[in-house]
Parts: sequence; C-alpha cells; structure tokens
Amino acid sequence: MNEFDVIVVGGGNAALCAAMAAREIVPRVLVLERAPEHMRGGNTRHVRNVRCAHASPDRFFSGAYSEEELLEDLIGVTGGPANLDLAKFAIRQSSKLPEWMTRHGAAWQQPLAGTLSLGRTNRWFLGGGKALLNAYYRTAHKMGICIRYGAFVEDLLIENDRCEAVALKNDDGQKNGGHELVRARAVVIAAGGYEANIEWLKRHWGAAADNFIVRGTPYNDGTLLAALLKKNAKPMGDPKGFHAIAIDARAPKFDGGIVTRLDAIPFGVVVNKLGRRFYDEGEAIWPKRYAIWGGLIAAQPDQLAYAIVDLKTIGKFLPPMFKPYQAESIAELAKALDVDGRAFVETMEEYNRATSGRADQNLETPDGNGTRGISPAKSNWAIPIDRAPFYALPLRPGITFTYMGVAVDETGRVLDQSGRAFRNLYAAGEIMSGNILTKGYLAGFGMTIGSVFGELAGRMAATNARG
Amino acid sequence: MPEAKLFEEANRQLVICNACRYCEGLCPVFRAIETRREFGKGDVFYLANLCHDCRACYYACMFTPPHEFAVNIPRILSEARVESYKEWSWPSFWARSFKEPRIATILAGGAALLVIVVAVALIGSRRLFSRHEGPGALYEIVPYAAMVIPAVLLFTYGVAVWIRGTIQSWSECGRESEAPGEGVSGQALREAIGAALSLRHLDGGGPGCTYPEERPSAKRRVYHSFVFWGFLCDFASTSLAFVYQDFLHILPPYAVTSAPVIFGTVGGVLLITGSAGLIYCKWKSDRAPAVDRAYRMDYAFLFLLGLAALTGLLTLLFRATAALGSLLVLHLAVIAALFITAPYGKFVHFLYRSVALVRYYAEQNQPEKIQP
Repeated sequence: MNEFDVIVVGGGNAALCAAMAAREIVPRVLVLERAPEHMRGGNTRHVRNVRCAHASPDRFFSGAYSEEELLEDLIGVTGGPANLDLAKFAIRQSSKLPEWMTRHGAAWQQPLAGTLSLGRTNRWFLGGGKALLNAYYRTAHKMGICIRYGAFVEDLLIENDRCEAVALKNDDGQKNGGHELVRARAVVIAAGGYEANIEWLKRHWGAAADNFIVRGTPYNDGTLLAALLKKNAKPMGDPKGFHAIAIDARAPKFDGGIVTRLDAIPFGVVVNKLGRRFYDEGEAIWPKRYAIWGGLIAAQPDQLAYAIVDLKTIGKFLPPMFKPYQAESIAELAKALDVDGRAFVETMEEYNRATSGRADQNLETPDGNGTRGISPAKSNWAIPIDRAPFYALPLRPGITFTYMGVAVDETGRVLDQSGRAFRNLYAAGEIMSGNILTKGYLAGFGMTIGSVFGELAGRMAATNARG
Repeated sequence: MPEAKLFEEANRQLVICNACRYCEGLCPVFRAIETRREFGKGDVFYLANLCHDCRACYYACMFTPPHEFAVNIPRILSEARVESYKEWSWPSFWARSFKEPRIATILAGGAALLVIVVAVALIGSRRLFSRHEGPGALYEIVPYAAMVIPAVLLFTYGVAVWIRGTIQSWSECGRESEAPGEGVSGQALREAIGAALSLRHLDGGGPGCTYPEERPSAKRRVYHSFVFWGFLCDFASTSLAFVYQDFLHILPPYAVTSAPVIFGTVGGVLLITGSAGLIYCKWKSDRAPAVDRAYRMDYAFLFLLGLAALTGLLTLLFRATAALGSLLVLHLAVIAALFITAPYGKFVHFLYRSVALVRYYAEQNQPEKIQP
C-alpha cells in the first residue's frame, strides 16, 4: 500500500493551494479529486476574483484597501465572524495572496466595464476561476504532485486522534469491503460544503429544498463533512444556513453558474405565485440586496417568484441568458406565468398608484424615491411600471454555498467536540469557512479563505508529516 | 450545420457569454459582445472575424460540452468565419471551395498543372533541362512576358475579388443604427493597424494563446509573425527585382549580396519556418474548438505558402545547375496555385480580420457605445 506524506481531499482552490504549499516541503503529495477531469475544481470553476487587503493600488487594483477596512466590510456584511482571530489572520494573509498566486500560475486582468465596481477591493482572474484552476493544475503537475480524478473519498480512518488513511470508494468489487485505503502522514480536507445534497437540505427545509437550484458543482454533497462530524469533529456555523441569490427559475438543477443570475430586482418589483409583493425591492445596501433574495424566495409558496419590469428598464440590467416572458399588458403577462392573475393585476395597479410618478432611476445611489401607502414599501427607485411591453423573469433560490463546517485551530487543524485538535488532520476552504462567515457574503472572500487556509493547511500538514 | 441554424446557435451561445462576461479580459471579441444584446448575422460575422482562434475562452469556460449549455465559442465562430469567407467571395461557383475542398483542389491543382504542361510543351525538354547562366538566363527558359503577364492578370483578379469582399464585409457587419464608417477615426485606424501588424490579440489577454494545448504559449504568435513578415519580405524581394530589372536595367541573376536575394532568402526561411511551425501546432492542437472545414482550409493555405517559399529557395540555390529549369517551372506552378486560390482560401483572413479590428477600435473609441 502506498503511503503519502500529505493527502489532500478535494480539487478546488483550497485543495490545490494546500497541495502546492505541501509539495514545497515534502515530496509525496496526493490530490484526490472526486469529479472527473472536465469537472475538476469544485465551485472554484465558477468564481471570478479574490478579495485582498493592499496598501496601495497597482496595475490590477484601482485603489488602496486597508486590512482595517476589509475587516469592517466583513463585520458589516456578516454581523461579525465566528472566530475573530482566524478572520484577522485571513485578512492579514490576504495581502500576500497576489504574489503567492502569481508565483503559482495565476494570471490577472485589469478591472473592465463589468468589473469596475469591485476593482478596488477585488483582484480579477484573467478568464475567471476555471482559467485559474487550469493554471494551478498545470503547476501542481509540474511540481510532481499526484492527482487522481474520479476519486471518491467516502470515509476517514482515524485512530488515536490521528487520521491514518482515507477510504476511497472502490469500483472494482468488494476488495477491502469495497474500499481502497490510501495512507498518509497528514491529511487535508478541502472538499467543500453540502449545498448539492438536496436530501441533507431537506432535513432543515423540508420539501422546499426540492425547488432549490444549486449554482455550482454537483459534487459538493458533504460526504467528508458528514464523515468528520461522525468522527466527533466540532461543527461550526448554522446547519440550516446557506447563501443563496435569486436566479432564473429555468436554470439547470446544478452547475448553471454565473449566467443564470438576474440583476432585475431593484429595477422593478417582485411578486410571488399569489400575485403579491413580499419584500422591499428597493433596499439601499447593495451586497445585502443581492444576497438576501435567495432566502426570501425560499420562503415563498413553491419557492417561485417573478421580477416584473417594463420597456423602460428591460435594457438597464445585465442581459439575462433566458428570454423574459413578455406581454402587452399585465393581464396578458399573467397568463404566461404561474400566478394568481387577478391578484397580480391588483398588486401592479396598487404599486403604480403608490409611486410618486418620478420616472428617472439611477441605481448608483439610493434616490429616496419610495412608494407611499403600500406594504411592503419599495423604498428607492420606485418608478411606475406602465410602459408596454411588460416583462417577467421567473426566480428561484440559487444556492451558492453552505455555512456549516468544522472548527479549526490557528494552524488549520480540525478540532473535536472537546476543542482538542486531531493530530494530523487539517481542513481548508468551504468546509471550514463557518469559522469566519456566519451569514451573508462578501464577494471574493470565499477565495480569500480558501487560499489563505489552503496554503496554511498544506504547509502545516507537510511540516507535520516531515516530523 | 445549415446556415439559419448556424446563426441561431451562435446567437444562443453569445447570449450566454453576454450574461457571464468572465472572458472579457481575454480578447476584443468579448468586449464587442458586451456592446450588443442580440446577435444577428452581421454581428456573428463581425465577431467571427474578430476572433483569432486563440482558444483561451474555450479552456476558461465552465460551460463547454459536456455541460448542457454546450458553449464552444471558438468552434461556432470558426464555422461562421468559413461561412463569411464564402459569402464575401465571388463568383459563387468558385466560392464554394470554402466549403468543398474538392473545388479548391481543382482550382489550385488545375492552375499548377496548366503551368507545368504549357511550360513543358512550349519550352521543350532540351531547353528545360540544360544549364543557363549569365544575365537574363532565366528568360531563356521562360520568356519574361510569359512569366509576368499571367502573374499580373492573376494578381489583379485576386485583388479585385478581395476588394469586393472587403467592401461587402464592412457593410454587412455594420449595425442598422449607425451610419457607415461611424466612429472610424485616425486613432481607430492606427490602433487597428498596430494590432494587425503586431498580432496583438494572439496573446490570450496576456500570457499567450492557449494553443496548441491548454497551456498558454507564444508559439502561435511567433510562427504567425514569421509567416507574415516572411511573406512581406518575399513580396519586397519580387518588387525590388522588378525595380532592378525595369528601372535600373540590371537583369537577373542577382548577386547573393543584392537586396532582392537577401530579402528573398530571409523571407523564404521565415515563411518555411513559420508555416511549418503553424502546421505542426495545428496538427497537435485540440480539434474540439474548430470545425474540420476550417482546419482543411488552414492546412491548404499554409502548405501552399511553405511550398512556394521552398521552391523559390531551391530555384535560387540551384540556379547555376541544370535543375534551374525544372525548379523554376515548379515554383511558378506553385505561385499560380497560390494566386488563383487567394480569393478562395484562408488567404482572405487578413482582410476580414483587419476590417473587424477597424470596426472594433472605432466602437471602443466611442464611450457611449460601450456601456455595459
């Protein structure tokens, strides 16, 4: 049986960072990626940038972004990290990421039209996350890291607080009880969350979970998280919590990625199947506005809603992948939708009457142009929806990631229920992001966590393996 | 795929790109996509000719097959590109050669064969296979007029078809909402010419084309530059020889240190290296991001270019031997094949790419046109 110095379970950003960092210290490093090669990389396939603190602008950052400011942003959006020390560590290390990532193959692009709004705080991968992954895999290959695709790790062999081996699902028969054991001196788990496990989500959300759409990889079913919890690892984060945005209801069940997201909500109104509005579409704070709608729609009947806009605004937001439903009147539009038509027409008339009549709309800043006398109100950008044709975009909750993971210490080691660390077992990426992110989301910060804790876990695991 | 289906499919994929935009740093195609919402035939033809087939987007895309979105932009654009070449060529019978390699082969092979048969018949084997030395010796084998008149006729015909196609490509890709030539400024022209001469966009947004494999590399840009500058050198060599002969009244053969020979040799070596390099890369490259038809067309053009350079160099190398006659006839046959297929093969790409670059820089220089 082969023995490796370090085994990394997973194949996304955190896993690759861990493997490369480990390989700089020890010779025998194995990456076990569950997906086939063309689907490698977990949710990193769908990312686009990483958030880093930096003292001064450069070719790729349009302005300075201090560690203090990043911490403030993180606290502002998430209501405070679960483990402040780990959050501060991530932020401190984030300033070193551009150099480290470049050295390992990352290529960058300057902020352009579509990316300007985050050009100061986030650094953009040329070609996006999959291009970054391709570069990382090439580097890993060149460094002599072993990579196995389609390697489904089902369990961990833990004895005396040490992870002795990982158990791979073995397709060829019942050898070793259907498992192939691969031994290692240290193990890093970077296998993502459980957002693609609908059965798991059902435990918390009931039948509603059947209507959730998973934006990313279908392989994040939480097998490793479940295995760790069974071995008495300490959970971190809300088991019910996930980050979800409003995406097109016609998106595929898995892996629709960025192209199914819709930016229409603040331009118009949103109604549910009953034909009723249910939340302020004109809330002022941008990241919140973007991030809460998945959860809001998850709470509606059949987890379905429609964003309604008219001719005035249809061209204002990013062009959607799927064609909007279109009709010459609201009553006509209702026929194409799965809504209570009478209530829908009523809601729209009521909304139009409640607007001030101002028809200018600039989403750069909250304009205070709110509705009057209806509940819920639309507190900004509330212009009448009265110019045919009218358009409807069907919305469902699109889950990006789950929050619950396992607790880790400052070296990236997994902690057990009593707070004691497993001796050679590390975690990185989404599976431990619950130590920092408790709710909400800060764009590009998942990549920060994955890169910082991936590098840390890989380095510490390799040091540990070397003895 | 049938034409109507081609544009429908291209529009489907481009709409997905427009909703994603992750590739906007890679090349002008994606920034041009962002200024549009629907993609009609003209837009597809424009984007197809703006695409340099560097494939960075193909490897960066998370929606390539087997993903159900089945996005493969370089492939659909390569198919549209061939279609645009065909539509902008003339007459339609010969233009079919873009889709039916048979026709291209008949054209090229026919022209070459004609040159050989006529030459052998008129020159006679004794003159053809004997040594010829001294000023004007070349013309003892093939008379000057017999060389120049067909060449000029062929060249003029080719350029006329090119001009026709260029005008058509400019008008067909324009948007309904804009006046012809809108936004074309000195600056846009300068930028377009700079991009064309430096092959700037064969860089995958910085690290190089993902060609022939997924790893970014400068290979393609380097080999393509060799071909381009090699061709220009050979063109300069021919023009200089013309000046030497008809204005300075110095008859060939020219000394090894003379300008026509130096330009010709350097150009020949560049062309051979470049076309061989590009053929090698193409042969090694991933087949998924381009249609076979485009591959065949590229191979044929590169092969003819390389062969023209090779036979030219051999003619020069053996000009003092009895092989001169046969090598010269062979070289002229290849040149004839290259010229006759100039409007019906990959040669046309330099025109339509240049036109697309002018349109691109004209658009980018009008800020109101590039709002996301």
